[in-house]
Amino acid sequence: MAQLELTGIVQRYGAHTVVDGVEFRLATGTIACLLGPSGCGKTTLLRCIAGFEEIAGGEIRIHDRVVSRPGRRTPPEKREVGMVFQDYALFPHLTVDANIGFGLVGAADAERRRRVDELLATIGLAGQGGKYPHELSGGQQQRVALARALAPRPQLVLLDEPFSNLDVDLRERLSVEVRDILKSQGMTAILVTHDQHEAFAMADEIGVMFDGRIQQWDSPYNLYHRPGNRFVADFVGQGVFVPGSVLDARRVEVELGVLESGVPVDCSIGCAACGKGCGVDVLLRPDDIVHDDQSPLQAEVLNKAFRGADILYTLRLASGQQVLSLVPSHHNHALGEKIGIRLDVDHVIAFKTPPR
Amino acid sequence: MYEFDWSSIPGALPLLGKGLLVTLEVTLTAIVVGIVWGTLLAVARLGANPLLAGLAAGYVNLFRSVPLVMVILWFYLIVPQLLKAVFGEGIADIRLTSALVAFALFEAAYYSEIIRAGIQSVPRGQVAAGLALGFTPAQTMRLIVLPQAFRNMVPLLLTQAIILFQDTSLVYVIGLSDFFGTAYKVGDRDGRLVELLLFAGAVYFAICFAASQVVRRLQSRGVQ
Repeated sequence: MAQLELTGIVQRYGAHTVVDGVEFRLATGTIACLLGPSGCGKTTLLRCIAGFEEIAGGEIRIHDRVVSRPGRRTPPEKREVGMVFQDYALFPHLTVDANIGFGLVGAADAERRRRVDELLATIGLAGQGGKYPHELSGGQQQRVALARALAPRPQLVLLDEPFSNLDVDLRERLSVEVRDILKSQGMTAILVTHDQHEAFAMADEIGVMFDGRIQQWDSPYNLYHRPGNRFVADFVGQGVFVPGSVLDARRVEVELGVLESGVPVDCSIGCAACGKGCGVDVLLRPDDIVHDDQSPLQAEVLNKAFRGADILYTLRLASGQQVLSLVPSHHNHALGEKIGIRLDVDHVIAFKTPPR
Repeated sequence: MYEFDWSSIPGALPLLGKGLLVTLEVTLTAIVVGIVWGTLLAVARLGANPLLAGLAAGYVNLFRSVPLVMVILWFYLIVPQLLKAVFGEGIADIRLTSALVAFALFEAAYYSEIIRAGIQSVPRGQVAAGLALGFTPAQTMRLIVLPQAFRNMVPLLLTQAIILFQDTSLVYVIGLSDFFGTAYKVGDRDGRLVELLLFAGAVYFAICFAASQVVRRLQSRGVQ
């Protein structure tokens, strides 16, 4: 049974449609992520699921119970949904203990104490329940907010940009921790973020959102390696589109040579009908272009970004076309230098060139 | 040159003490009733019910737009009639009762504005957090918003209390013997009005200045 099911969700502010026909379902225990640039409607959608907003069309079910449909909305306090807010929204006048136990209203004192202690241990703050929120670090506050949301054992946990107030190091570590905590409690959860690293680290399934619509709902692996459309290809991961032309089902010719795909060229995307000679834009990820001193193919170093283990080079081909290449950082080349490169593409991602 | 003669003050101290008690009674009643009633008004004004919000706004605007002296006089004229209608005859001190009612209702309007600002100073995310944890909007207001709002408001509430303490001297218009009224009557009786009023002024200053120092300390502690 689906823990959460959305069908045809529409939300408008005045004449502006913010969420436009979103559908998805989440199985119990799944952690999903709504990923998209700001203004894509992901936060609005989360607020609709939490019950803070009415919806203009469609239906939301939590644990097979309809909680939202146009003109009828179960209020947030009756949804059994836990929420972690961007600014945590911890209660500053209460201790950590009282914050975590706040939602445990019906429970007896002993049961409440037990649950609070259990969660304090889970978030690594055992024995610190007497502190006030302002005495904790940002990361600790974040985990208290999570524990507070988990305490009443909700049907669903919603996390609204939960890591955006933390510095980058902490963000990566904490996103893995938060995932482990959610998994250990068997929680179904939805995370909203614009940061794909966060999404990749946390989620089993990711819905990439743009313009109020889910562009693709898939695993992190597939979003990166099998993007369903141009927007997803561009938004997820780095890469450059280069012009090419279809030779046959498995081969596309680009300036750098002929790309041979292990699987039929993925042209679900508009070029299935066009066949040989069809103009396509081919997505080249930085790891598709490998540095090789023996290669006759030369490119000029335009820009470089040192990243520790590797260097991200921006290269210019003979035609002036720019591409990105990720190279181990001991291959240190100067700007303006010509270096040999080679294509190493496992499967080709191509989109039919839009008519000009 | 005017010759000061303070000799009538020591003998009048017991009377002045009784007057001070009246002043404090009016002040404290107005604070307690004003804050409770003011909180209800503020919540109604911010609430979802447009009728209640409108009534609360009307009440607050009415009382904030008329002079306090007039309100005291009105209530002096109205309250006796009202009490007579409800209880029949036999209200002992009509002046004090009407002053208590007037101040409580008047101050509630001012307190409600302070409390409204205090409620609005609590981030909206706190309400969302309360709702998400399964609390109704009313419970969220009571358990999460108001405790934080009052903590933020303490200095303002106390400042308003100090102003109120001074304003109670206006009850002289209905002849109630509060501290100021008693000082005036004693001075008038003994022909030593200047001395008595200077003395009364000094006492008001001492109390209010001391209280405002306490508020300042609270404020600087709140800033940390």
